[in-house]
Amino acid sequence: MPEQKVVDTDYLLLEAPREKKFITGAQAMAEAVKRANVDMAIAYPITPQSEVMHLVGDLYAQGYLKDYYRAEEEYGTMSAIAGASRGGVRVFTATSGPGLLRGIEAIASWPGHRIPAVLGVLTRVVNAPLSIQPDNIELAYLLHSGIILLHAENQQDVFDMTLAAFAISEMVDVYIPVAVATEGFFVTHAKGYVNMTPEDMKLPPRDPYKAPVPVTDCEVPPARIQRDAPVQKSNFMSYLIHAVWQQEVWASNMRAMKYIYKYLGGPIEVVNPEAEVFVVASGCAAAQGREAVRYAQQEGLNVGLVKIKSIRPFPAKEVREALKNAKAVIIPEHNIEGWLSKEVKAAIPNSGIVTDGPRVYGGMTLPVELIMEEIYKSLGVKGKQRVVI
Amino acid sequence: MGLKYIQPAPGFKEYLPKDYVDLIDFGPFGKEVDVQYMGQYKEILEEHPMCAGCWMAYFVRVFYASLPNPEDTIVIGTAGCARLALSQAAVPFIYGNYGDTNAVASGLTRALNIRFPDKNKDVVVVAGDGGLMDIGFSMTLHSWFRKEKFTTIMVDNEVYGNTGGQESGMSPKGVQLKMAPKGKKFEKIPATELAKLAGCVYVVKIAPTNIKRVAKVIKRAVLAARHFGPTFIHAYTSCNIEYSIPTEEVLKDAREREKKDFGFEEYMTDEVREYFEEIEKKEKEAKAKK
Repeated sequence: MPEQKVVDTDYLLLEAPREKKFITGAQAMAEAVKRANVDMAIAYPITPQSEVMHLVGDLYAQGYLKDYYRAEEEYGTMSAIAGASRGGVRVFTATSGPGLLRGIEAIASWPGHRIPAVLGVLTRVVNAPLSIQPDNIELAYLLHSGIILLHAENQQDVFDMTLAAFAISEMVDVYIPVAVATEGFFVTHAKGYVNMTPEDMKLPPRDPYKAPVPVTDCEVPPARIQRDAPVQKSNFMSYLIHAVWQQEVWASNMRAMKYIYKYLGGPIEVVNPEAEVFVVASGCAAAQGREAVRYAQQEGLNVGLVKIKSIRPFPAKEVREALKNAKAVIIPEHNIEGWLSKEVKAAIPNSGIVTDGPRVYGGMTLPVELIMEEIYKSLGVKGKQRVVI
Repeated sequence: MGLKYIQPAPGFKEYLPKDYVDLIDFGPFGKEVDVQYMGQYKEILEEHPMCAGCWMAYFVRVFYASLPNPEDTIVIGTAGCARLALSQAAVPFIYGNYGDTNAVASGLTRALNIRFPDKNKDVVVVAGDGGLMDIGFSMTLHSWFRKEKFTTIMVDNEVYGNTGGQESGMSPKGVQLKMAPKGKKFEKIPATELAKLAGCVYVVKIAPTNIKRVAKVIKRAVLAARHFGPTFIHAYTSCNIEYSIPTEEVLKDAREREKKDFGFEEYMTDEVREYFEEIEKKEKEAKAKK
């Protein structure tokens, strides 16, 4: 292991030199963990996540992390992550599909417990009949938890978002967990070019005393942290305290937006902003949407892309602005329910322009042809004009 | 830091609530207090909303009076009766999610070990039979298999008291409770046997009829967990409401159960025994000098 020197967060994320490598999404996530000065990671196997935590285990064996273990199952993993984070160390874990759902009682409590942690979500099918293939329906279950949710399109996004996630989650005016999601296999097990910061530079360590709520280490007053626990009081107090606390959690979630602008170039990316028709997509679907826009340009069609990087906080204002002149919006997704479509429709005043789909699920790929079909339909283009894809 | 974080900054003391100031001036922090003087100093646990005559409430009070290092102790609990009192004590308390105490404690203990390798930071789980032996079973057992260095205390009232009296895995066979309308079909889970098999270095089964003994085993469990591995205390803390024990007969009931099926058992590994002999010998010598 090379000697790593601590550098300023802004320098590492924004200015440090980068070197191009051809690596998998799982490697990209682990490479970000390597540069994030993580103290402790907890692992539990599930396909397609396992690769990530194998690699993080290797980092521990090499001395990059101070502690690492394989937990009993995901609920135990997520609970132990909460315990370790309350103890003041920087923590990381990752999971997939059924594992995410098994751990979700604990994960959904992290924001309220004000746990700054980073969670990798490498998506897969969760419902019966069982499949290990990529499908991102599980992200729908995270939308209402208060967690910050970033959705990576490719290996580069995985690296950038994971590294930035550690910085964002520990900001005093945020201080809630960040999940970095990407599609299993399509990204985790496939290689792409990733521009990475130098291996010998890492983020500053977590400062547990730079926090809006005290860590539980018997070093921070007051001694009596829960002497007047709200749930023990009247129902009215219980309602009130829960209400104001959750308002603060969601306000923290919104306050993360400025850091998403600072470190990730904003919550959305717009290609061809003057387009008539937009493909709006996140994760892997955005990669296919990008291809569809390229094909459409070759055919002389005025089509654009809005890639949504941050699902929570959801960039409603930015999406509304980007789509204000759109005649049609096509939302391809890797799940049956269309959670992104619902989010976009709720954000714009004219939801009737949205085409719900195309959607693939159960792990199928999302052929660009499916998106092109919807583009042709929305522009009234027939037969002959199609280029060979 | 420990003791220091409890002390207010100069000039600030007069603005603190009297209750807090009393804890600093007359509480057990940084002193050796003997459990037999409970009631004569400012205790870590005073007010609580538990039922009149509840043996568990009394046990929790004794528990706090027995901690070897309350200023550097963190208590972890889960849903159940005990946390009603635990959450109002003057020792940091973590209330996680359902049955996850031993997973939270695993993460916390390791984090404190990373940050304070040269300090004693005691982590103690106090949870019920439902939390530790039913919903949290795998996390309880796996924390023991992994040899996590913290103490687990099961306050066993043989029922889900806080949710209204349902059967738990620790209810005795045959007892009729909610969700066991025809009586419980199987025996109490052999928790202390499981603890020994799973690798706990110090295991006690106790009906708390003798508070000096309770204090001794709690102190031993915490000290052994610091140095050697997981420790476990299984304490009978009856539910006088769901088992219809008249308040004035709660102690009598504990004595009867002690004779019947809750006789005192104390198991420890050889290295733990040697350690106790050594420190207890030193304590005696120190006392003799005084």
